[in-house]
Amino acid sequence: MLKQDLSSPPKGFGGVFDFVLRQGSTGVIWLGAIFVTAWSMWLISDIVFNGWAGLSYDFLTHTPTNAGREGGIAPILVSTGLVLAICMAVSFPIGLGTAILLSEITATDSWWGGMIRRSLDVLAGVPSIVFGLFGNAFFCNILGLGFSILSGGLTLACMVLPILIRSTEEGFRAVPIAQKLGASALGLSRLSTLFYILLPIAVPGLIAGFVLGVGRAVAETAALIFTSGYVDRYPESWLDSGRVLSIHIYDLSMNIAGGEAHAYTSALVLLILVLLINQTASHIGLRYLRRGVT
Amino acid sequence: MILSNGNILSPSTHDRFLTGILWCFSLLASLILGLILFFLVYNSLPVLWDIGISKFFLDSSWHPSEALFNLTPMLVGSLLIMLGAILLAAPLGIVSAIFCRFYAPKVIAVFYQSLIELLSGIPSVVYGFWGLVTLVPLIQKVNPPGTSLLAGIIVLALMILPTVSLIADATFANLPKEYFQGAAGLSLSRFTLLTQIILPASKSGLLTSVILAAGRAIGETMAILMICGNIAQIPDSLFSPVRTLTANIALEMAYAMGNHRSALFVSGLLLMVIIFALVSLAHRAGKGSVYA
Amino acid sequence: MNIPTTIEALDLSSTIIQVENLSLHYNRKPAFAEVSLPIYRDQITSLIGPSGCGKTSFLMCLNRLVDLVPLAKMSGQIRFNAEDIAQKKVNVVALRRKIGMIFQRPNPFPLSIKKNLELPLKEHRTKNKAEIEEIIQTTLEAVGLWKEVKDRLRHSALLLSGGQQQRLCIARALVLEPELLLMDEPCSALDPLSSATVEELIQQLKEKCSLLIVTHNLAQARRIADYTALFWFAEQTGKLIEYGPSAEIFNQPKNQITEAYIRGERG
Repeated sequence: MLKQDLSSPPKGFGGVFDFVLRQGSTGVIWLGAIFVTAWSMWLISDIVFNGWAGLSYDFLTHTPTNAGREGGIAPILVSTGLVLAICMAVSFPIGLGTAILLSEITATDSWWGGMIRRSLDVLAGVPSIVFGLFGNAFFCNILGLGFSILSGGLTLACMVLPILIRSTEEGFRAVPIAQKLGASALGLSRLSTLFYILLPIAVPGLIAGFVLGVGRAVAETAALIFTSGYVDRYPESWLDSGRVLSIHIYDLSMNIAGGEAHAYTSALVLLILVLLINQTASHIGLRYLRRGVT
Repeated sequence: MILSNGNILSPSTHDRFLTGILWCFSLLASLILGLILFFLVYNSLPVLWDIGISKFFLDSSWHPSEALFNLTPMLVGSLLIMLGAILLAAPLGIVSAIFCRFYAPKVIAVFYQSLIELLSGIPSVVYGFWGLVTLVPLIQKVNPPGTSLLAGIIVLALMILPTVSLIADATFANLPKEYFQGAAGLSLSRFTLLTQIILPASKSGLLTSVILAAGRAIGETMAILMICGNIAQIPDSLFSPVRTLTANIALEMAYAMGNHRSALFVSGLLLMVIIFALVSLAHRAGKGSVYA
Repeated sequence: MNIPTTIEALDLSSTIIQVENLSLHYNRKPAFAEVSLPIYRDQITSLIGPSGCGKTSFLMCLNRLVDLVPLAKMSGQIRFNAEDIAQKKVNVVALRRKIGMIFQRPNPFPLSIKKNLELPLKEHRTKNKAEIEEIIQTTLEAVGLWKEVKDRLRHSALLLSGGQQQRLCIARALVLEPELLLMDEPCSALDPLSSATVEELIQQLKEKCSLLIVTHNLAQARRIADYTALFWFAEQTGKLIEYGPSAEIFNQPKNQITEAYIRGERG
């Protein structure tokens, strides 16, 4: 197409203008893409190069000393894992249930289904700091859980629900309508349809949703400052305060003079974690798809 | 026999049980928003009761310890940063999506797409950290103090760019294949196809992507907190420090008491109002369900 | 309307389903209106007519699959074994166990061949393993699939050819021993050879249950159907315009439209 434009010489002013516009637009689009690439590469390489030096086995397995300027991040990784575990353990069943209800059971025109969808749409847009406010008021104060792993996990669970529901719903949407009709025509109950027909097909979508949720949760900071707290030692119970990785980075870079080097390394660890989570997910999803049926 | 529904062993009993559980879960899911609103309002009421709404916009400044609660500078700060980030990210994001789908060779497109996806996964605290250690010193050299509206806009633009780009890309992907076949049949050039068919047809999707990105921008906390200087004033230039509604909460929540704490919940409420407006706008633009 | 047998004159034991004044709307748009016809026991009845006149919708009313379509509204009566199955309170699961359905495109579940048959069996008939094995074998033999698949019952059903898949779907419906089998253009998505095999199978099925087949293929209707109903699009909706024994419909149609349609002049 492009070649044709070049080989047929433009005629008159309109032609020249048109020619410049066409070639110019191509140039602008390439430039824009190059600009975005350069910009993001700058960010990523900055974190990788500056964080690489401090990354070691010891860094991952030692406790932080001197307010985090020295030592490692082991307790922080443990806290992060615990908060994530609570978050997913609570939100995944709820999210899965809601997704099944929305995609398979309520009619598309049902008032309740519409209401639930609406509320999730808004929930997805709620700023994370507002989740923090809510978690602080509800989980920490009203339920009396205080600044704890549990409060943080529950707050995050509320936060990842919309994204979880949306992507699991996509998974169920991947089930061909012919399969659902076929199951109905055989008089299969919803329960067996769900377990034998829908879930097996929807699993990649569910995994993708789960991982997206984990990825969102592991990246979160603002919702946790006032719920899971700052304490950088090993948490002793679910009700103990614990510092997650993202808060560690924030604290090191803002409140600790000379904490920059370890902040870089922690940021690199967090970056790798997010990348790894995404990669594993797509791998599991793909392998499941390729696996034959028995 | 077919009419008899009450048999305990009939499979529909299991189904009713299943449906019941699913309803419980989804009610719980939709209850969360209600709870959030309830607690925001509940914790805001004391100060609203005490001093009224108008004070939040008419007081001389934000000095909660002296019972001065003017939120205007923070509101202006939030809106300015959002606006700037959108002005930068919307065109770039849309161009990115167009590049990926219509201009880039296959290999580059795949690479570029995964780069955008990677960007969307990077935690906001990492963006903030990068801004703090790399961008702020650069701006400082040009015009001190460095922590500024400009830094916020630049970092936030990069953060919301993937939102615009990914939703725009999904919009392009959902266009009917017939459009492309039809265009090929008429041997339209790529430029004509793009400007005459694809962009007009994706208008509502692109609008939605920008609105959702705006929502993400207004709600962003950590990055802004780290790079904008957090001074509660209406900025007089791109290089002045600003404080946003979100940063205000994050900064003062730790020690706020009484009316002060209550005032922070009012800022939360204000954020929710803005988000409500944006989501309704997105609904109107997209005519359907939208999630961030 | 030229329906030969008036409702009063019907011998109830010979009809399996009596449809009376059945209409269906999708979001206030009528799909078909005021259809009344009997479906005879142990006979093959075919529904013919141009596309868009509500044949498939009609089929989906009979096993209430239409319940799954949002905004669809049905009115009228469907008497099945003296029960009105068009009522809301009908247990549709029990109903669909007795009225099976085969779709235009074969839709085996993405499970093994055996699992495909096991699933409805376990749900509705028996959990006894030996019994299941036996029913699976006899049913697969009945659809002529046993020899072809007996060594790979554990393979995915999706690996079968289109014709085999469709016969598997028929077997899947048959394990429930339905009284009536609804078929929505069961051969139209198949190649001519498989289509012939399935058609042959359909004729044998007459011994097991009653059949109601939607088809676009007039020759097929003429070959296999004992009774034929012609649907037509008239007055903004689908209408039943002629119904009777196939021999009459194809040889001495009473309605001019029918005559034109079967001669290929209209439709």
